[in-house]
Amino acid sequence: MATTTTAEPRPNRTYHDELAVIREELDKCMKCGNCMAVCPVYGAEKVESAVTRSKIAVAQAVLDGDLALDDPEVYEMAFNCLVCKSCMTNCPTKVNFGRIMLALRAALVRKNGLPWLKKMIFSTLKHPKFFDASMRLGASLQSLVFRSEQGGRAISPRSPFALAGGGIGFDADRKLPTLQSKTLREQVPEVVRSAGATVKVAFFTGDSLNYFYPDAGRDLIEVLTANNIEVHIPKGQNCCGVPVLVHGDVDTVRALARNNIDVFEATGCDYLVTGCGSCGGAWQHDYVELLASDPVYGPKAEYWAGRTYDISTFLTRIISLRPPTGRIDKVVTYHDSCHLKKSMGVATEPREILHSIPGLTLKEMSAPDACCGSGGSYVLTHFQTASTIGRKKAEDIDRTGADTVSVGCPACMMQLLDNVHRFGARQEVTHYISLLAESYRRERG
Amino acid sequence: MLDKAIIAELEAVAGKTNVLTGTVDRLTYSYDATADVPRQMPDVVVLPTDTAMVQAIVRFARERRIPIYPRGAGTNLSGGTVPLKQGIVLSFQKMNAILDIDPANLTAVVQPGVVIGALNAAVAPHGLIYPPDPGTVATATMGGSAAENSGGLRGLKYGVTKNYIMGMEVVLANGEKVRFGGKTVKNVTAYDFGTLFIGSEGTLGIITELTAKLIPAPKFRRTMTGAFRTLADAGNAVAGIIAAQVIPATLEIMDRMTIRTVEDFAKIGLPTEAEALLLIEVDGMSADLVQAESEAVMQVVRDNNGDLKTAQTDQERDQLWTARRNALPALASLNNTVILEDATVPRSRITDMLVACEQIGKKYNLVLGTFGHAGDGNLHPTILCDKNNQDEMARMHKAVDEIFKVALEFGGTLSGEHGIGMAKMRYLGDELGDSGLNLLRSIKESLDPDYLLNPGKMVPVPEV
Repeated sequence: MATTTTAEPRPNRTYHDELAVIREELDKCMKCGNCMAVCPVYGAEKVESAVTRSKIAVAQAVLDGDLALDDPEVYEMAFNCLVCKSCMTNCPTKVNFGRIMLALRAALVRKNGLPWLKKMIFSTLKHPKFFDASMRLGASLQSLVFRSEQGGRAISPRSPFALAGGGIGFDADRKLPTLQSKTLREQVPEVVRSAGATVKVAFFTGDSLNYFYPDAGRDLIEVLTANNIEVHIPKGQNCCGVPVLVHGDVDTVRALARNNIDVFEATGCDYLVTGCGSCGGAWQHDYVELLASDPVYGPKAEYWAGRTYDISTFLTRIISLRPPTGRIDKVVTYHDSCHLKKSMGVATEPREILHSIPGLTLKEMSAPDACCGSGGSYVLTHFQTASTIGRKKAEDIDRTGADTVSVGCPACMMQLLDNVHRFGARQEVTHYISLLAESYRRERG
Repeated sequence: MLDKAIIAELEAVAGKTNVLTGTVDRLTYSYDATADVPRQMPDVVVLPTDTAMVQAIVRFARERRIPIYPRGAGTNLSGGTVPLKQGIVLSFQKMNAILDIDPANLTAVVQPGVVIGALNAAVAPHGLIYPPDPGTVATATMGGSAAENSGGLRGLKYGVTKNYIMGMEVVLANGEKVRFGGKTVKNVTAYDFGTLFIGSEGTLGIITELTAKLIPAPKFRRTMTGAFRTLADAGNAVAGIIAAQVIPATLEIMDRMTIRTVEDFAKIGLPTEAEALLLIEVDGMSADLVQAESEAVMQVVRDNNGDLKTAQTDQERDQLWTARRNALPALASLNNTVILEDATVPRSRITDMLVACEQIGKKYNLVLGTFGHAGDGNLHPTILCDKNNQDEMARMHKAVDEIFKVALEFGGTLSGEHGIGMAKMRYLGDELGDSGLNLLRSIKESLDPDYLLNPGKMVPVPEV
């Protein structure tokens, strides 16, 4: 029996720094099991250790000294979670499981250190230039490794890479977005002015829009311009840190947060917009909680948290969206990304935008807010479970008869692209903002 | 701890991936949804995928005198699935196939691990429902709810689980498989085996298949609430509705403590000066009938000085339901331990029981709120306490003893729907007497003479 933590948390520590801080949150759990109804991992695996109440019980056992934090089973269980926060929407006592999971993973990393592979990946994130270079290298080499598909918008691994990567889902059927040779932030100027603009907005691109979906990023900028907004896209911004945070690397994410805050402060903008629920959630919640005991950056994080909006909320709640008139004759279904809906509380706004597009029919799927199984890197580390979850999503999409799946988060776009090809009717997968941008473009003929 | 040879044999029977022996896995099967009961890790968790596997495991375990704890989703509220004597937890989470939906006979055949809500989703396209609706419909399994004979909000009009199980396949303690009942409405062949196993809490046999009865989904419904300034008015309204020959689908009550806590929690504009709130829903197959019944209910509410609210749309219905849905979460938010009882009295004693619960709460200086199913007399006195406060926990235990005593005095029962498990075992004699306990024991010993099925629940294991 190993006691790994002190009973009482020390002052000025957040749950990122000390597991005991999370004790009160753990105590809220009644073990009622309502989380079983919505947990995608439990739905796929059907064993107790997959579901939230059990992860809470294990965290309690670790705090009580009944289980060792560095027990490999604890480690395995802690990482078998998408951090999708679905359980939080169904919890009668409102346990904030997102915090519990991050606290547990951070404690594991403090105890064990980051595994070398993750360390390698994350160390590149701290140095944007090096990361840019490796992503560009990836872009130029991908034609050797991947076959181009869907008019160049998707790629599949070529053998022998497909063979080697089969275990983690890089088999020949895998569909991935094409890595772009020029990143979004290289493609656009730092400031995109709009004649007579009175509002200045800073666009936090996040890595996925920057590297994988620069077209969607440009569409977002175009939409703001069409609504008479000046857009700042600071080149010094880096990753939001969520991919690092969910792996427990608190030091790195704090460094990323402070840098991002400095960079956006320098823009002098009134608002910050995102096109990704994970990035927006980081600015709205995680930075505030991570920097809570930082006297300088804590208040700055609070300031930006109150001024960060998903692009759909900004367009429909902060300004009033100029109704588009360009016709798009498509049947579209909308997938609620977990972090967009469950972290940022954004669900009706993207639908309002889709409804505003002439010709477009929105057909809801069953359980639109059920996780797609991406979970950032979860899909790489737990490919079988992620596939089971993704197959259900693809089947729900198929039943709508829609020709297009729209979504507000690039990580989901990647997972959905793969899953509609693997299990579904190969629908087009697009960011909802791209449909709005297309409608505006069609106005111009 | 079972030795490696035994684990290897279980793996040979069930397959390696269906046998869990890790500490984390075993820890996560050491509890269910019940507060304030002991926890215990099993030696091993086995997830069978068919009946033959269940039989093989039972035979194997019997030879070696290893206890077996059958388990559905582990959402029960009586400690019914805690593996008190370790051994094997037999989890049915993977036996979750719907085998047959038969609209012509109004039946469905399911494996025990099918979630109640999943069955309802599957039969909905046929215009049918499976009516039993415990609060856990979205998570609880058909096998678990049959073993616990779960009730729910629709009990008054639609009955409880035992009214909807027409046939079963059960693996007995000797490993034999028995099938009885089926798709016929009438069946008097042999004893009524169904009633033996439904509500047996896994102590007599292991349910491996169920034939469930379905009914046409009601097409129309009306929902209303009545707020009352005295408990007597609310109690008279409940009696008045029944006297007016209306059987509502839902007839729920909340006391003042619950109303105020819900209002603090959810801010939905509840009348915090009211002593009781009734939520009433009538349903049926014709608009005229539902209209007539709802008018009768409204008249009764007004006659008893109730402040009436009615829902015209689904959205308004949802608003009226918000209060009831938030009752448990709101109360639970007050402290770290939720003691949720289900003592049940004849409908005519509802008011007396509400008053008694309130007085017991005051007497022991506890935070106690009561809500529940007024229509069928099944109340949920809920005590919120701090598990780290020994004095408060001791007062809570005394209060619970007294709640059971009062319920029995009113001609009621210890448990309306949660079951006995280990939580209420010691009170059984108070309701059944020695002859009742003897009957219980003789049934147990004729079916499971070695006390290997869910030992430590319902029937005390004899001291050796």
